[in-house]
Order: sequence, then structure tokens, then C-alpha cells
Amino acid sequence: MAKIAKGVKLDHISKIYQDPKTGKDFYAVHDVSLDIRPGSFVTLLGPSGCGKTTTLRMIAGFESPDEGEIYLGDQAINELTPNKRDTAMVFQSYALLPHYNVFDNVAYGLKLRKVPKDEIRSRVMHILELVELKGMEARMTNQLSGGQQQRVALARALVIEPSVLLFDEPLSNLDAKLRISMRTEIRRIQQEVGITAIYVTHDQSEAMALSDNIIIMNKGVIAQMGTPQEVYYRPASEFVADFIGEANFLKVKVREVNADGVTVEMNGVRFPVQKPEIPVAAGEDRTVMLRPEGIRVSDSGALPCKVVLSCFMGSYQNYHVRVGDALVRVTDNHPVGRRVYQVGEEAYLDFNVIDTHLM
Amino acid sequence: MARSQSAALDRKKLLADPVMVTTIVVLITFLTLFILYPLAILLVDSFYGEGGFTLDIFKRVLEMKTFRTAITNTLKVGFLVGILSAALGLLFAYVEVYVRVGRGVGGLFKVVSMLPVVSPPFVLSLSMIMLFGKAGLITRFLLGIYDNSVYGFWGIVVVQTLTFFPVCYMMLKGLLKNVDPSLEEAARDMGAGRMKVFTSVTLPLLLPGLGNAFLVTFIESIADFANPMIIGGSYDTLATTIYLQITGAYDKEGAAAMAIVLLTITLLMFAVQKYYLEKKTAATLTGKASRARMLIEDRSVTIPLTVLCSLAAIFVIMMYICVPIGALFPTWGYKFTPLTFKWFKQVFTRYKGFKAFKDSFVLSLISAPITALLSMIISYLVVKRKFRSKGFIEAVSMLAMAVPGTVLGVGYIRGFSGGLFRTGLLQGIYGSAAILIIVFVVRSLPTGTRSGISALRQIDKSIEESAYDMGADSFKVFMTVTLPLIKDSFLSGLVTAFVRSITAISAIILLVTPQFLLITVQINEFAEKGAYSVACAFATILILITYGAVLLMNLFIRFFGTSRKIREDS
Repeated sequence: MAKIAKGVKLDHISKIYQDPKTGKDFYAVHDVSLDIRPGSFVTLLGPSGCGKTTTLRMIAGFESPDEGEIYLGDQAINELTPNKRDTAMVFQSYALLPHYNVFDNVAYGLKLRKVPKDEIRSRVMHILELVELKGMEARMTNQLSGGQQQRVALARALVIEPSVLLFDEPLSNLDAKLRISMRTEIRRIQQEVGITAIYVTHDQSEAMALSDNIIIMNKGVIAQMGTPQEVYYRPASEFVADFIGEANFLKVKVREVNADGVTVEMNGVRFPVQKPEIPVAAGEDRTVMLRPEGIRVSDSGALPCKVVLSCFMGSYQNYHVRVGDALVRVTDNHPVGRRVYQVGEEAYLDFNVIDTHLM
Repeated sequence: MARSQSAALDRKKLLADPVMVTTIVVLITFLTLFILYPLAILLVDSFYGEGGFTLDIFKRVLEMKTFRTAITNTLKVGFLVGILSAALGLLFAYVEVYVRVGRGVGGLFKVVSMLPVVSPPFVLSLSMIMLFGKAGLITRFLLGIYDNSVYGFWGIVVVQTLTFFPVCYMMLKGLLKNVDPSLEEAARDMGAGRMKVFTSVTLPLLLPGLGNAFLVTFIESIADFANPMIIGGSYDTLATTIYLQITGAYDKEGAAAMAIVLLTITLLMFAVQKYYLEKKTAATLTGKASRARMLIEDRSVTIPLTVLCSLAAIFVIMMYICVPIGALFPTWGYKFTPLTFKWFKQVFTRYKGFKAFKDSFVLSLISAPITALLSMIISYLVVKRKFRSKGFIEAVSMLAMAVPGTVLGVGYIRGFSGGLFRTGLLQGIYGSAAILIIVFVVRSLPTGTRSGISALRQIDKSIEESAYDMGADSFKVFMTVTLPLIKDSFLSGLVTAFVRSITAISAIILLVTPQFLLITVQINEFAEKGAYSVACAFATILILITYGAVLLMNLFIRFFGTSRKIREDS
């Protein structure tokens, strides 16, 4: 692609909506600031109603922000209508023009830009090759499978060479298998083209597989931003930890803080945890987050526990154990040949310091 | 917390789109000028005398005995017609949805629901007189009754019921199809008999819908001008009284005040229907039936119901057939053979039939595309866009639905005969073809808008957004995406507008000048004079034209429609 990808900047963006039931105004998006690097793939992740789609639609121009300014590259674009913005969106429902065939759908944006016919032809064919739809240009869109329709939608957005590509949950209408292969495709094409992409989803595995950076939103505000690894291993809050993957939370008291570690206490048992980036002091009540795959049920370990559920799931053994009042889920991967604990058995929770995260 | 910035930005974005702004401005001007203004002028006329605000005009008309009788007459007819139409509509709908009927009966139903659409409004009055009147084919020649009078209350009731019940039938059919069969099966399972199921489950669910159907017909009935005109005799309704007040008594202020009374009644009904019953109907019967219904096959049910419906259907069809046949008899009521085309010939040789058809045809042909396009634009704006004055556009187009033609006609006379606000501005359109075309457009606009809105609601909003996002402006989006996607709806809107215009009479009869001959006005005139054969000949040709238009549309949609192709997908 000839064009140079542009970054996107959101400067203290808010959007206010009216609750249709109560008639009260509320913030659908509140004070969101983002700086998206040119050429990077960023995902807005969150539960429904968290403001992610509204944010995306503000970038596209379908909604107008109530506070703040949006920049595309260096240009403030608040006042531009969607058709004047250098963005292209891939919709959840694909939104292909049903009265056009594949070729005309992809060529639509180029025709609007009055690109010469020959050039339209070559550019459309090139893009169709990229999304592996060559030979299908004469098909009507309703003769295509869901995955193929999605490729047309992607091709249509790519062909106009926008500065930014916007995705609004594009894979949620596909079945699970197709979803996985399509997300690999999207990532491949984005990297091949080198375009900036902003992707909205509520599917955390999609977000992790695709993104350079993930922005987790909740109730209109940004809950955390970071690389997939950062948000997974170092979640900023219980909400983030819970939303991205499965998480166990242990309520602990901080006992000792020194240069290379922290010691906490739970049910009278002390154990070491990883030192967090945030400041921590002895005597505080905190939470330790443990991922189910980061712990094991064992004959020895840090915390005594009692097995309340033991269930073979194929690739792993699923345990629920009780530690004091807390219920902890444990995923014991590839359990073949190891001892299986039965319901009612007393055992220990065993984990490495590196698998703990103090919040 | 303030939404001012987004409002300002939305406004700026809108202003960056000149086509859209122009469209909105033109629309608002049109709606204000040709719907709001004539109604407002009626209000002014009836409350504003020499010395300022006055109730004298109202007092005067209310003291007229004829007017007071007209009010009670109208309400009595409307009430009865509403009930009978809803009941007959329910019978047809129930039989179609619940009972296993033969193929032929199904075909009859289709014809019955189709006939009122393509026929001029007063055809049934004509055939009623010709079949059951003094020289009626059935009363006189079959039964030997020589002094039967069809004119008056019962004549209007029968004719209006037969004209309007298909609307109820179509409405109730849609609702009954949404009743989940498992509800009724549950009642059956708990031991309820078929009658009990109907009275304790189906009927209560349907009640708001029945109320809705009743009110819709009620409004249609009190707004109806043509039938009371022809078959009312001395039994005057509001619409005919207003007409006579203008054409007979030349009392324009009085007519304005009467029109306000009629308008108030219809608006009240309309408000109840629109904002109360329609919502309630939607609340009790939403969603789709979960699966197909087991049709009733019990012969003790199917046979009586089928016979009843078939008889009613055949009766209605016979009434319609009577018109072309009537035009073929040498002298209706006296001489039946040999069949002759002399009336048809006379239509063209003696009664300027050619000019009448040309005028009606050309005027309707001009107004139809305007109506279709306008209603599509309004629906597009209402469904797909958000802007400040949208509520106004939606409300006024809705309002037009509730305004009886006679009221609109009087409003136009008062509003435009002396120009805008009697200043002489725009006076030129009064008496011209332009005002007739405008009336045609305004009268058909609500129907077109309603079907346009429901067609557009089925199109995923993101399809248009995607085009917008790709760089198309509003105009391009409308032309390349919206319009092609609702082509079928647009086409049928076009034909409906044409048919409605060419068969319209209530408003137009007040505004037409001698330089234009309109078919409907001619039919009305000949029927008034008792020249039924000529009236029938006119009506027959008119039915042929409208039926031809509908056929043409169906053919066109079959071969060039896109929506079908698209629909196969879902």
C-alpha cells in the first residue's frame, strides 16, 4: 500500500447518552484518552455497554463526542462527517450492499473517489487476491458463506487505502472454528499492509491473539491498557483479571515488604508473593490473584485446602478447592499419570512466586 | 454534564451536507404549506370574525339542526360500521389462519382483500343501488319487491362495511399469525373446549387489535365522502354536510367550523388508536409464533365457517361484478338484452370521456412519482437519520393520515383561493392543475410513508453506514443504497399513489374547476343524476385502468425487483 499509516489520538473524549427509561443523562464514554501508534493493532475490549463500540463509532464519525477532540495523525477530525474521514470500518453484520456483486461491493468506495476504471479493476483484483477471494468477483453477496462475506467486507475497507481500519466485532457472527482462522487472517493482512487497526470485541481470546495493545473498558472508562501479557499477568483490578481469563482472588494481609519480595498472610499461613509495581506497605489488606493454570493441587504447598469438585475435562483436570472461605479453581493441565484428588480429600495449593500477583 | 458539544458537532456535520439540508428545508416547507397551513386557516376562520376572536360561528353551525343531525348520523354509522367490519374481518382472518379450507376458498379471500384496493371508493354504492334499489335486480326482479329503499342509514352501513372490512381482515390476519399456538394448545390440554379456548385465550389476546381495527374503520367511515354522497339520500353525514355547506349554501366560514368539528373527532380517534391501542397490540402480540399451527379439521367447525365466509365473499364479489355488467345492459332495470356497448360509446362520444380519462390519468401520473419519492425520502429521514426537525416531519406526515379529505378540501379553499393568508401570494395555484396534484400527493403521502417506514426498518442500519463510511454523501447513499434496496416498496408505493389519486374524490371534488374533468367526479355526477349505466361504464373503465396498473407493477417487480433476490438470503 502506498499510503503511510496514521496514528489515532483521543484527547479526553466523553460521550453522554440519555437513558431511555429514566430520561437521565449518563456517560457512555467518560474521559477516554488514547494514543495509538501508526501501524499498530489495538483492541478495545470489554463487556457489552462498556462504551467500546461508542468509542469506535466516534472515531468513524457516526457519533459526535460531547467532550474532547479526536485526532487522525495531526488533524483534528471532530467536525468531519464519516464520508470525509480517512477511516474504513468493517461492521459486525458485514453490511455488504446486497444489490451488488462482490466486485462492485469492493469497487464502491473507489468509484465514489472517481478512480479511473482500469485502476479500479486492478486494485480490486489485487485486494481480492489478498483476501483469497479471487474468482468470486461476479458472485452476489448472498451466495457467499459468512467467512467469505467477512473477507469482502475487509477487502472493501482495505481497497480505499484508509489511514485507519476500524473493526466492530467483525467475527461475532461466525462459528467458533471460522472465528479462529479469520482472526489469524486479519492479523496477517494487517501486518502485510502495515495499516493502523482499531478492533472492538468482547472476546478476550480474540483480543489477545490479535493485538499489539489491549484497552480494557468498563462502564465508559478505561480499566487498563497494555500488551496482552501485561493485562493478563498484571491486571490492574479484579474486574480486568476476571474479564481477561479466569482468576482466583485470595484476601490477604501484607506482613512484610522488603527489596525483593512481599510476604502475605492468609488464614494464619504466611507465604511469599511477587512484588507489585504499585506501592505496598505492611499491615494492608490486599488481594492476591492466581490464574487457575498457575496453581496445582498437591501433597505439599503454601496453603492447605479441601477438594470440593474434581472433574476430568480431557486436556485438563478441573478442581474446585476450598481455602478457608475462598473457593479456588485449579486447572491441572495434561494430568495423565499424575495423582487425581477426589472430592473431600485434604491437600495443599502449590504455586510459584512468579504466578502470584498482588493487587 | 451537557450534550451541547455533540449537538453542535452533529449540526455542523449536517450543514456540511447541502443536499440533506435542502431536502429537509423543502420538506418542512411543503408539509407546513400544504398540511399545517390549510388546517390552521380553518381554525382561524372558525374562531376569528369581524371583531376578533369569536365563538359565534361555532354557535351558528351548532344551532343548525342539519349539522347536529349530521354529527349523530356520522357517529352512529361510524360506530356500527366499525363493529361490523371488525367482526367480519375477524371471521375471515380466523378462518384463514385457524381453519383448514379448500383452495378455492383461499382464492376467494385473496380476491376479496384485493378488490377494494383497485376499485374507486363508491363502486359498492352503485351496485348496491343497482341490486337492491327500487329497480334493483334482486329486489325487484328476483323477489318482486317494488318499493325497497336502499338510501339512508342501512345503505351506508352495508356499503361501508363491505368496503372497509378487508382492511380489518388484513390487520387481524397479521395479528392472529403471531399468536403462539402453544398458548392455545396449553388451554386445550388443560381441558378447555374449542369455544372456550377462543373466548378465554385467543380473543383476550386479540382484544387490543380488535379495538385497533374498530377505530381504524371508524375513522375511515366518518371521513368517507363518496358513499354517503351516493347512497345516503337525505341521510347526511358530516362529510356530505360540509360539502353541501360550501357548494350549496356558499357558507365558507360555516363549512370551516364544521370541518374543525370533523377534524377534532378524527384526530381524537386517531390519537387513541395510534398512541394507545397500537402500543397495546404490540405489547400483547409480539414476536413470532414458535411453530406452525395445527389447523382445525373438525368438520362441524370447518363446514359452517367455510360456508359463511364463502357466501360473504361471493356476495362482495358479486357486488363488484355488478358494475361492469350494469354498463352492458341496454337499460338497467327494464331491458337486459341484448348486451350492448352503447354506454361505453356514449362515455366517449357524448360525455367527454376521453378528456376525463386523460385529465385523471395525467394528473395521477404526475403526482404518483412525486408522492412515492417524497414518502421514501420522509421514511428514510425518519428511520435512518437523526436531526432536530425530524419529530416535526414525522408528526405532520402522521397527521395527514388522520385528516379527512373533505376537511383538507375546505382548508385548501380557505387557504389558497385568496392566496396565502389572503395576500394573493401563491394564488395562481388555486384552480390550476398544480393544486390538484398537490392534493393527490398529500392524500396519498401517509400510506406511502407508512409502508416506506416499515420497509426501511428491515434494512440493517449498518448497510447505509458502511456506504457513508466508504465516502458517499447522503444523496449518494440514498440513491445507490437505500432506494435500490427498497425498490419493490418504492414501486408499489408508486402504484398505490397512482391508484389512490385516480380514484380520489373527497378533497378533489371541492377543488376541481370546470377546465378539468376527473373520472371520479363524473361518476359521482352521473350517479347523482340517476344515470347509473353511464356511471357504471365510467367506473368499469376506471377499474380496468387501476387493475392494469397493479398488474403491471407485479410484473415489473417480478422481473426487475431486487428485494426478492436479496430476501432469498435470509
